[in-house]
Amino acid sequence: MSLDHTAVRHIARLARLAVREDELESLRSDLERVLHLFDDLAAANVDNLTPLAHPHDQSLGLRDDRVGETDRSEELLALAPFSQGGYYLVPKVIE
Amino acid sequence: MSTETRSNADQRGWQAVIGLEIHAQLSTVSKLFSRAATAYGAEPNTQAALLDVALPGTLPVPNREAIRKAIQFGLAVQGTIAQHSVFARKNYFYPDLPKGYQISQYELPVVADGKIAVRVDDGRRIDVEIQRAHLEEDAGKSVHDAFHAETGIDLNRAGTPLLEIVSAPVMHSAAEAVAYMRTVHTLVRWLGICDGNMQEGSFRCDCNVSVRRDGETRLGTRTEIKNVNSFRFVEKSIEYEIERQIRALENGEAIVQETRLYDPTRHQTRPMRSKESADDYRYFPDPDLPPLAIATADIERERAALPELPQARRQRYIDGLGLPEADADQLCADRANADYFEAVLAAVPGQAKLCANWVLGEVAAGLNEAAIDIAAAPVSPAALSQLLQRLRDGSISGKIAKDVFAAMWQGEGSADAIIDARGLKQISDSGALGAAIDAVLADYPSQLDDYRKGNDKLLQFFVGQVMKRTKGQANPQQLNELLRQKLG
Amino acid sequence: MSSTAFPTLAVLADELRSGRRSAVDLVQQALQRAGQCAALNGFVSLQGDEALAAAAAADSARTATAAPLAGIPFALKDIFCTKGITTTCGSRMLQNFVPPYDAHVVEQLHAAGAIRIGKTNMDEFAMGSSNENSAYGACVNPWGSDRVPGGSSGGSAAVVAAGIVPYAIGTDTGGSIRQPAAFCGITGLKPTYGRVSRYGMIAYASSLDCAGVLARSAQDCATVFQAIAGHDDRDATSVERPADDVQASLDKPLHGLRIGVAREYFGGGVLPAVAQRCHEALAELEKLGAVLVDMALANAHHAIAAYYVIAPAEASSNLARYDGVRYGHRCAEARSLDEMYSRSRAEGFGSEVKRRILVGTYALSAGYYDAYYVRAQKVRRLIANDFAAAFASVDLIAGPTTPTPAFRLGEKSGDALAMYAADVNTVAVNLAGLPAISAPAGFVDGLPVGLQLIAPAFAEARLLNATHQLQRVTDWHLQEPAA
Repeated sequence: MSLDHTAVRHIARLARLAVREDELESLRSDLERVLHLFDDLAAANVDNLTPLAHPHDQSLGLRDDRVGETDRSEELLALAPFSQGGYYLVPKVIE
Repeated sequence: MSTETRSNADQRGWQAVIGLEIHAQLSTVSKLFSRAATAYGAEPNTQAALLDVALPGTLPVPNREAIRKAIQFGLAVQGTIAQHSVFARKNYFYPDLPKGYQISQYELPVVADGKIAVRVDDGRRIDVEIQRAHLEEDAGKSVHDAFHAETGIDLNRAGTPLLEIVSAPVMHSAAEAVAYMRTVHTLVRWLGICDGNMQEGSFRCDCNVSVRRDGETRLGTRTEIKNVNSFRFVEKSIEYEIERQIRALENGEAIVQETRLYDPTRHQTRPMRSKESADDYRYFPDPDLPPLAIATADIERERAALPELPQARRQRYIDGLGLPEADADQLCADRANADYFEAVLAAVPGQAKLCANWVLGEVAAGLNEAAIDIAAAPVSPAALSQLLQRLRDGSISGKIAKDVFAAMWQGEGSADAIIDARGLKQISDSGALGAAIDAVLADYPSQLDDYRKGNDKLLQFFVGQVMKRTKGQANPQQLNELLRQKLG
Repeated sequence: MSSTAFPTLAVLADELRSGRRSAVDLVQQALQRAGQCAALNGFVSLQGDEALAAAAAADSARTATAAPLAGIPFALKDIFCTKGITTTCGSRMLQNFVPPYDAHVVEQLHAAGAIRIGKTNMDEFAMGSSNENSAYGACVNPWGSDRVPGGSSGGSAAVVAAGIVPYAIGTDTGGSIRQPAAFCGITGLKPTYGRVSRYGMIAYASSLDCAGVLARSAQDCATVFQAIAGHDDRDATSVERPADDVQASLDKPLHGLRIGVAREYFGGGVLPAVAQRCHEALAELEKLGAVLVDMALANAHHAIAAYYVIAPAEASSNLARYDGVRYGHRCAEARSLDEMYSRSRAEGFGSEVKRRILVGTYALSAGYYDAYYVRAQKVRRLIANDFAAAFASVDLIAGPTTPTPAFRLGEKSGDALAMYAADVNTVAVNLAGLPAISAPAGFVDGLPVGLQLIAPAFAEARLLNATHQLQRVTDWHLQEPAA
């Protein structure tokens, strides 16, 4: 698997990680090395196996439909870098 | 208007292809994965639990009731309920999506392969295939105009349970799409799984629209109109979009696969700017949520508890009660309506048409005028049935009954109490009625003379005059008989 | 030179109940020792005043039947949310994050009367095997100031090995308890996935993450495990299954216990001297009646690739919430939404975290999902199946926890792949969700070596029993680094 700069920019964009142009090449070769590690997956014989996403093939625990949390907005909003009038604030979004 | 658009498109050699993704908010008291309340209209962020603001270390635990409601829907549309379904993460960044992913169902939805019969306004019946219905959490809300250079984020709605109902692309006009949406709207409210409140966003849809040349079997490039929250807007936006696409293609332009927004003030759609151009949602099974197992016994329990569905009840009203289709349709548009009708009918057996007339007539008009639901009607089914009994036993005339109903609606008491208090009981006593007739005939000798010379039309004049004299309380049938006798 | 170490938890509990020692004494001793060992950089934060106040309260409420952990100090990996106490997860991103709630494990230990003196250093978001990926500086191995303590629970291992606290809580996603335990010469228990609630534990890779214990001995691990294990309905992966009484089975004789000696775990890059120490430890178990069975885990070598796809894939999604909106670092100069996201995240995350986010994003992206993510999950099943097949004929599987003793600070920090490769013997356990323990098995060049034992799901009691019996006849776990 080989990566080019466009691919690295695309992944970084999907992951919302700012990458400077001067970091691009070292990041690219770095990622390429890690991806080479994954070539090993192709060597494993996984014919007729289904993917295992959770250990022990667990099934899901459910809860009853009850309200169990009270308003903690003041406490939670205090954690935010920017908030006003009960809202979290972000730079203007245009739809 | 809509049929016109369709025929316009047809005439020009184009066929529209429409599929809807309906988002029905499931009426649970707590959210899909957190224990925060789902009530509408709370102060911003006061119903956002630790999980809803995606605090590090918080974990989702699914709401049993939301899953139950999804199963009920699946059974009502004759779908397959998956014994194993998987919650997946749909990854994208947006400020109203606090975790950076939406928990949804992707490869294995809880409901698959359903269908629903839809009657279109022009009387045609179409079967719409429901490809899937899956559970997912709603996003929060962005507030754009309240701040200067910022957008405000309210996470109250984040995590509210939604059932996304995905139709196959099998509809070909705005009218068909609206009829389908109405049918689903009726069904989810009928089942009690969604309040259907479109102003509050509890029932909304995304419309996928494409057009193709008549005879073409491949689908054209589609656009998706996001978040349309009224039947009228669905109709208008689809009509606009069909026209826009046809015009573009006829001008040799290509359709861009994109997400569009409907602007109701201009009746137009326009491309959405905020959506990522190349969406890559990187769906994968949510590692916090092992597969959802639904036991056959649970499915069967829900099946057994399912109410009589609107289609079945409509058919019963037509075949069993002999109601006209139009009455059956109107009554079954809403389960509370139909239940009200049946409660009235139970006390006036055999009088289905009479009951239907009153429920669809006086009751509906009263509700409409007061802008209230039938559940809040000031006249109960039992109260109405008493009135209808008085009408049936001849105590009052149809005209008087309407006056009594109006008084009942105003809270003046039961039908009997009002009839008594106002002395509205019909005069069926032949002596009293005879005296009234005699007096009228004495008052109008020349008309009597004319009648006897053969002017039959004057019979109605005398009926009217007797009614006037008895303040409308004369039993009309008896009055007619006696009058004819006296006129000999 | 007198021992700086604490006696066992059982002895401490007895001393506290009888009044021969006070909780305040213990906490003071721990805090004093923490001060002496500041150069280890084992703690991200200390809560001395709160701990002393809690100790005073414990002393005044002292009873002869106090819970086994009541009044005894411990250290908590800074990955667990603590109400009102900064929780950094080793990241600049959460430098000022003060959670409004306690993790389940924190609640359990609090309810048991345990006294937290501080929060320990770790690799950022638990991503690392050396503790060098901490935004708060590397932590040092008490056995050698030029050596890493291992990671990601490096701080938790170092502060136990240095005798600051009798035990610490860590987490293990690919070896993050067992590997530092091995490097620091202590005992580390990674329970079965789902045994301990993850509620309030900051996620790295949700289907692999597991809270566990680092302590001197298996007996102490058992005491702490008992306190933190159990069902919690706030974690949908928490198993509804009563925790076994692991204490009661510690003294069972090992006669007939079949221990599979997995060839693959001794091959490849395992230092011969490390392999030798493990064989010697296994020989002790044999003397105790265990039966050693030569066995193979044919697909063991595929575990690294599968793990380094799955863990970053989950991480790339788990870490998307750090967007600068509701908490955590936010780039001050960002003028657009996109700038806010990408610069806040670029500034808040360290290089290894970014690397794994990018790798994970790639593995899930359109066109690569099947070849990487789905394939890795199939390999995961292959590995789980291998374990299941092996456990049909053996009771435990053994091998060295790590191929080498603790490496030098900086030795691998420039080479991600070399760092990843050293996790070869630990990651498979997480993929299969099994319980495992690392126990001291002697020394190579003055540095501790760890023996890993792996058990079938939910058989923690068997692990602790075997390790306790080994520790009754050996004293590797009692060795202390020079102060």
